[in-house]
Formats: sequence, C-alpha cells, structure tokens
Amino acid sequence: MAAAGASAGGGGASAAALPERAGVAWRAPMDARALRARGRLWTLSTAAHSVPFVATAGVLVGIEPGLAPVSALALAHAWAIPELYANRGAKVVRPRRRRDAWAERTAQGLLGDLVGHDARELHARTGLVTERGRLGVWLVGEAGALLVRPGGRRVHCWCVRADDPMLPSADRTAHLLLALREDETGFATVANLAFSGAAWRVARRLAPSMRPALRAAARMARG
Amino acid sequence: MRGMARLVRMDRTGHTTLAEWTAADDAAFAAASEAFREQLEAGYYAVVSEGEGRAHQVTALPASADLVILRRPIAGG
Repeated sequence: MAAAGASAGGGGASAAALPERAGVAWRAPMDARALRARGRLWTLSTAAHSVPFVATAGVLVGIEPGLAPVSALALAHAWAIPELYANRGAKVVRPRRRRDAWAERTAQGLLGDLVGHDARELHARTGLVTERGRLGVWLVGEAGALLVRPGGRRVHCWCVRADDPMLPSADRTAHLLLALREDETGFATVANLAFSGAAWRVARRLAPSMRPALRAAARMARG
Repeated sequence: MRGMARLVRMDRTGHTTLAEWTAADDAAFAAASEAFREQLEAGYYAVVSEGEGRAHQVTALPASADLVILRRPIAGG
C-alpha cells in the first residue's frame, strides 16, 4: 500500500518554522509584541522627521508674519514626509508586468483552489488575497503583503517575494500565501518592513482598484 | 472515495503536475516520491495547504494528502 512509503502522521511534516528563517537568523521573531514595538518606532521616527518642520513653520510666522509662504513650505514638508513613507509602503503590492497570459490563467486556477470564494472574488477584483492570521488580517500581493492589525487602524507593509521573478503573478502570490500559512511569524521575520502607519494613509497611495481590498481587510480586522 | 492525489510544482508555466497517485497504487506512489525527492534536491519546498491560515511543510511525500505543492523559497525584497 502506498501509505507504507510515507512517514507516520501523513508525511514528514516539519516543525512550524519557515525554513527561510535560517537565512535571517539574526532577526528577532516578528511576533505581536515585536510588531507593536516596530509600529511605535515608525510613529516616533515619522514624528521626528515632521515635527521640526511644523515647529519651524510656527516660529517663522511668530517672528515675522511676512514669512508665511516659507512657513507654508515647511508645513508642506511636514505633510509630505509621512506621505512618501506611505507611498513606499503601498508600492509593495503594486502589480508587476504580466508576461504570459496562458501561464497567468493556469496560476490563477491553482491560487483559486487555495482560497475560499470570497477571497477568490476579491483577488479577481483587486489582485490581493485576504488571509486572516493571528497577527491581524493579511493582504497578500505578488511581491509583498499588507498586515492590517486588529482594530483596523494600523497597517504594516512588507516587501517579500518568491525568488523567481519570472513566475506568473498569481503563482508569486500563491508562494507568499503558502509561506504565510506555514509560519506567520516567520513570514513577517523574513519579510522587510517598508512602512508602518495609518491605514488611511496607505489607502490613499494604493491603486484605486486595490482600495476595496484594504477596506475589506480593515473590516475583518475590526470584527 | 478519494480521487487522484497530485504533486504540483509552481513554475513559469503557471503550474506543472509532476505526479499523480492513489493510495492503492504503490508504483505510482513510488514514482511520485522519487519526483518529490528530486524537486527538494533542486531547492523547492513542499507544502500541504489545509485551508485558510493553515499549511505545513513536508519533507517526505504524504500518501494521504490530496495535493502537495512545491514552491520556491521566499526572501525579503
């Protein structure tokens, strides 16, 4: 009988750790506590970049009201800095160029088999797959993922990809989805954090077609 | 009754079915196991998905799985 050839327990099921973690062994596991710390650090860092411009704007107008245009420029800088960071975060899920339509359709079939009806439908509309995890609700794209934290207000943007850039888009997404399912903490540990901040800020920088996915993930994260 | 189990590799064609077997067919399972080992040696990881939020990596071909998927490693971009 064929089962005799497999190890007990239905195959050589490995421990939960993602094997790719070995390549970033120096990184601390990105668990819920580490995520909160990274989130606070991002907020502090952003404030450290923006607050001096706001202060400068106030001081300039206080000293000389005629410097209001310069103050306005300083305020624009203060606004633009977090926007640029959020843009960097949103870019992780930006669609890449499609190469082979046949391969794309084949890959979409496999990805569709891996997710439920709602996630499949959302992927067809937005290019992103929702996946509920212990750390929050994930939106998995082809070269990165967004993690909407419980409550739906903060989003972590992760840059992570399969090691073959010639794979069809849906296959790249499926690679990330399977790795995420294997080990959520390991997935976040292996990935590079591109941004952490307000969901509304990331939403403004996403392609319009992708925004419904973020709204859906935020609803799931609140629920 | 269970249908054919499949060993699938995600690749540039979308995906390729490398082997199919049933619990009653020792020869087909042996051939699938051989193909499985070759792919692991080529650097693929094997995963059995168990629905939303759950999947596990396997290092030997599980005869009881319906679908075993081979994926490439991932890395931070």
